[in-house]
Amino acid sequence: MSFRSGVRAVLRPGRVTEAAAPRPDVALVQARPGAAQRGSVQVRHVDAGSCNGCEMEVVSAFGPVYDAERFGARLVASPRHADVLLVTGPVTKNMARPLVTTYDAMPEPRLVVALGDCARDCGVFRGAYGVEGAVSDVLPVAVHVPGCPPSPDVIVDALRSLTGR
Amino acid sequence: MTELAHFGGATLVVAVQLVVVVAGGLLLLGVMRKTRSRLEGRVGPPVRQPLLDVVKLMSKQRVRPSSASQVFVAGPVVLVATALFVAGTGPLVTSDPPLSKSTDFFAVVFILLLGSVALALAALDTGTPFAGMGASRAMTIGALTEPALLVAVLALSVPAHTSNLPALVREGLSDPQVIASPGRILALCAFVVVIIAETGRLPVDNPSTHLELTMIHEAMVLEYSGPDLALVTVGESTRLALLLGLLVNLFVPWGIASGRGAVELAFGSAALAAKVGAAAIAIATFEVFTAKLRLFRLPELLAGAFVLGLLGVVTALVVR
Amino acid sequence: MNGSVLVVELALGVVAAAAGGLCPEGMRLRLAAGLTIAACAVAAAAAAVVLGTGHGVAVHSAGILPLTGASLDLAPPSSVFVATTAVVAIAACVYWPGYARHDLSSRTVSAVIPAFVTSMLVVVEAGDAVTFLVAWELMAASSLVLVLAEQQRREQTRSAAQWYAVMTSAGAGAIVLAMVLVCAHVGTVSFDAIAAVAARPGDAGRLPGGTRDVVLVLALLGFGSKAGMVPVHVWLPKAHPEAPSPASALMSGAMVNLGIYGLVLVADRLVGGAPSWWWTAVVAFGAVSALYGALQASAASDLKRLLAYSTTDNMGLVLVAVGLSGLLATAHEQAVAILALVAALLLVVNHAAFKGCLFLSVGSIQVATGTRDLDSLGGLARRMPVTALLFGVGALSVAAVPPLNGFVGEWLLFESLLHALEASGAVVGVVVTVAVAALALTGGLSATAFVKAIGIGLLGRPRSTGAATAHEVSRSMQIGAGLLAVACVVLGMAPMLVVPSLERAAASLVGGGRPQVLSGGVDIAVAGMEGVLAPLWIAVGLALLGAGTVAARSVVRQRRPASRAADAWACGRELQTARMQYTATSFAEPLERVFDDVLRPDHDLAVSHTAESRYFVDRVVYHSAVADVVERVLYRPAIEAVRWWGSRARMLQNGSVHRYLSYALVALLVVLVVLA
Repeated sequence: MSFRSGVRAVLRPGRVTEAAAPRPDVALVQARPGAAQRGSVQVRHVDAGSCNGCEMEVVSAFGPVYDAERFGARLVASPRHADVLLVTGPVTKNMARPLVTTYDAMPEPRLVVALGDCARDCGVFRGAYGVEGAVSDVLPVAVHVPGCPPSPDVIVDALRSLTGR
Repeated sequence: MTELAHFGGATLVVAVQLVVVVAGGLLLLGVMRKTRSRLEGRVGPPVRQPLLDVVKLMSKQRVRPSSASQVFVAGPVVLVATALFVAGTGPLVTSDPPLSKSTDFFAVVFILLLGSVALALAALDTGTPFAGMGASRAMTIGALTEPALLVAVLALSVPAHTSNLPALVREGLSDPQVIASPGRILALCAFVVVIIAETGRLPVDNPSTHLELTMIHEAMVLEYSGPDLALVTVGESTRLALLLGLLVNLFVPWGIASGRGAVELAFGSAALAAKVGAAAIAIATFEVFTAKLRLFRLPELLAGAFVLGLLGVVTALVVR
Repeated sequence: MNGSVLVVELALGVVAAAAGGLCPEGMRLRLAAGLTIAACAVAAAAAAVVLGTGHGVAVHSAGILPLTGASLDLAPPSSVFVATTAVVAIAACVYWPGYARHDLSSRTVSAVIPAFVTSMLVVVEAGDAVTFLVAWELMAASSLVLVLAEQQRREQTRSAAQWYAVMTSAGAGAIVLAMVLVCAHVGTVSFDAIAAVAARPGDAGRLPGGTRDVVLVLALLGFGSKAGMVPVHVWLPKAHPEAPSPASALMSGAMVNLGIYGLVLVADRLVGGAPSWWWTAVVAFGAVSALYGALQASAASDLKRLLAYSTTDNMGLVLVAVGLSGLLATAHEQAVAILALVAALLLVVNHAAFKGCLFLSVGSIQVATGTRDLDSLGGLARRMPVTALLFGVGALSVAAVPPLNGFVGEWLLFESLLHALEASGAVVGVVVTVAVAALALTGGLSATAFVKAIGIGLLGRPRSTGAATAHEVSRSMQIGAGLLAVACVVLGMAPMLVVPSLERAAASLVGGGRPQVLSGGVDIAVAGMEGVLAPLWIAVGLALLGAGTVAARSVVRQRRPASRAADAWACGRELQTARMQYTATSFAEPLERVFDDVLRPDHDLAVSHTAESRYFVDRVVYHSAVADVVERVLYRPAIEAVRWWGSRARMLQNGSVHRYLSYALVALLVVLVVLA
């Protein structure tokens, strides 16, 4: 692609983000010390055994159309930088310890968000041989986001309930 | 009485510069992220978001590796202290900052080197492989940017017969022809490349990558949390702000205050904010259209900057 | 104060050597060390007085050496080197008793170390060629003995000593030849007399051009080899690591300076000024040495080898400054020449301080952990905090980090380059530009090398049991290294304590009036340049801001959950061992790759498969080494050629008596024919 066509490709679409919905009910989150409620939440995502459907929705949630970043949420690489652990998929046997290690590495105050039906109650994988349990069997979960997969606007709403914006 | 007034004036300048550069640095990060987001077609976080992030980090827990020594905790402190020193005494808001007689450009380069060395040592202290990798890459790139930076400084210093930084800025103010001289322009090109490399922007390093094997600066700070991470963020953003501030004041000095009065400082701050903001938007726009260079292509880029700087020195000598 | 102070100093040194050689085991070490310290204290005091007043002292004795007698002479330029040598020797002798408890208490070493120190002092104080050469040979011989001192522990010591012996003899031969040529022309061996003849205006009595060029080239090779100049440096990375640490500190901190001293002595005093092509050669060789030394240091994983190459690097910078000063002097830019020479002398003084400190701390590390291989160290900052701090101060000084002394030296060098660029014509301009490029490159490379040394050697987790079981070393070893570390800090924050003396020494060497080039009390100001350097303000400012940052960090401590210590984040892995950390080899790998044309590393990868199947790997052995390229490209072929000729010549010796008799007959006939 030539430079000019590249520039045009970037500039032509303009803003594609959907308009923000009215702020969701902040009572979704149980009362707890409000570090994250200052409008800034760093999210560390861990795939505990998902089929990647939820991951694609998360990517879309942080993409140009749904743009979760405008509400103060940001994905980070290290759990030491994170306030929120976003877990997708049921907790498989091989990922149980790494998941707990990741949660332990996070500085307090910290929260866990279980994304998708699999994270909430193992979804279609309930009783499978490799599955240890749901996320709440392994970690204390603050927010469940239902759906298989949950659509990006539901994910954005969940994040907004954490940032308070 | 004049001594007290003098001291008061100096303190005011330092305070103003520190506030402008530190707060401005965080806002600068916000502006750059906002520019990138808009060009990507989305709204993006608000400009004040990095400020909110830092404030939040101050009330998070500090976790440190059990095998680390005092160097791990001292690293961010030294990084911030060196950045603040240059921010407070450099010709940013005014061309007559305190200690202006002793603000030497070479000294500034080596003080910033102290900050980088401290961060690299703190990374090696964590005892993790990724931090070691980050330190190794950062020091390699630093070793290759030092020559370009030093020859660029020399290219600026030769026509002015001094390496004193406020004097270089004042020379540009008083004699605009100096700014358009070929030696200075070549030095400008070398500086731009060096600043991009030192502050870890594309195409040298992607500041928002999550893949550890592609990280250079980020890998060194994976282990920090809470106030330490806040210090690292503030240190990095202050470095970016002051490097861009020095760049614009050396090559576009108009607008900088020339005294220490309060009104002058206000105008100087506004001018600095405008110029640095424009530079930041330019860099962010450039980043949108650039991919990250492969690590082993970087020496070519930095060698190119070095040659440009060297040509600047030769040109400054010949065109006298 | 008169010349008898030099006699006292010499006498103390001789008595120290005798005590070390003759006294019984219990007291020999302390006596030798103590008397050497006394001799060095006398020397340092005398040097300080000479530098302060500007008047030299001299003494001559017709009896000590046959034919010509011996004369000692302490003038401002040589006082700088005497003071430097004396301070490093004092620190090394304070360090030595603690170190010797672990191995070195033999009679030979106790006698030789004082002899080594004394001979170094006499080399600098020598007033005539014979004293100089005798002391030079004594210095070489005693350092050779010291290199061999620990040969029982390591097998490469013998090979290192062989290289050292051959190269130092060759260098000494060149120096002897140069001195002989000069003295034969003038007719006397006294340096003062030769200098007087050489300083005469016009060409009366000067060396003829051809002889002068030969003398200068010989001096460059001989003294350059001692200073670690590429390409005659190859003995340095072999010999300095093998010597015991107090001796390494003396060799790297004091002996290499004598190479610089000799060069300046020959070029400025004996020959009365060298032509600009020679000074350009000095700058060129200096720049190459600096670059090459810095590169090899950043690739080295043996701590002492890293330090040895760093010595080559620093001495290269000194040669650049010295050469620049000479070039400017021949172009009649006296003020800038003095500035450059002051930069050179300050670099020498700084190098002695930080390299001595580094070698002594590395000795402590070696004693405590049993190894000096960076790939096996780590975690020493927690186990040996004092030694780690001293090593850190030394290493950060080499990396030219403010507010330590290396930074001030580099700054002064840059300022002299800046002034040289403005000052003169085309030739100087080109040379200076190249020097600037080389200097700029070496700064970053040496910073990388020393971040590697500190980060891998002292920080992180221990990579071997030796490092994991290290304990802090004895008090005398800490104090010895600490003395030099304190010097690094003091010289960094208050360089004007020594700079005026250095300027006096430089002015007397360059000659031509005494414009005051450097001034200032707390800060350093260069004449004719706006702005100063204020290292003390930088230190104070950084300290205040650091304290402020720490206070700011604790600002909302009550609202924060309590801090905790945890295992480092291992990306979810079950296991993160100390072996997974970066090693010195991996740290240097990107730089090695970038400069692989220069370094030519050897990589060897051997993969062996299991007996059952070619698809399963049994072992992987990776071997990586960076050899000295100059040695491989220049010396090995020469050595091979000599060996080849030697094996050919062996055919002459076939054991037959008849053939040997016929050789004798032919030789006799040839001699008779020639004589006839």
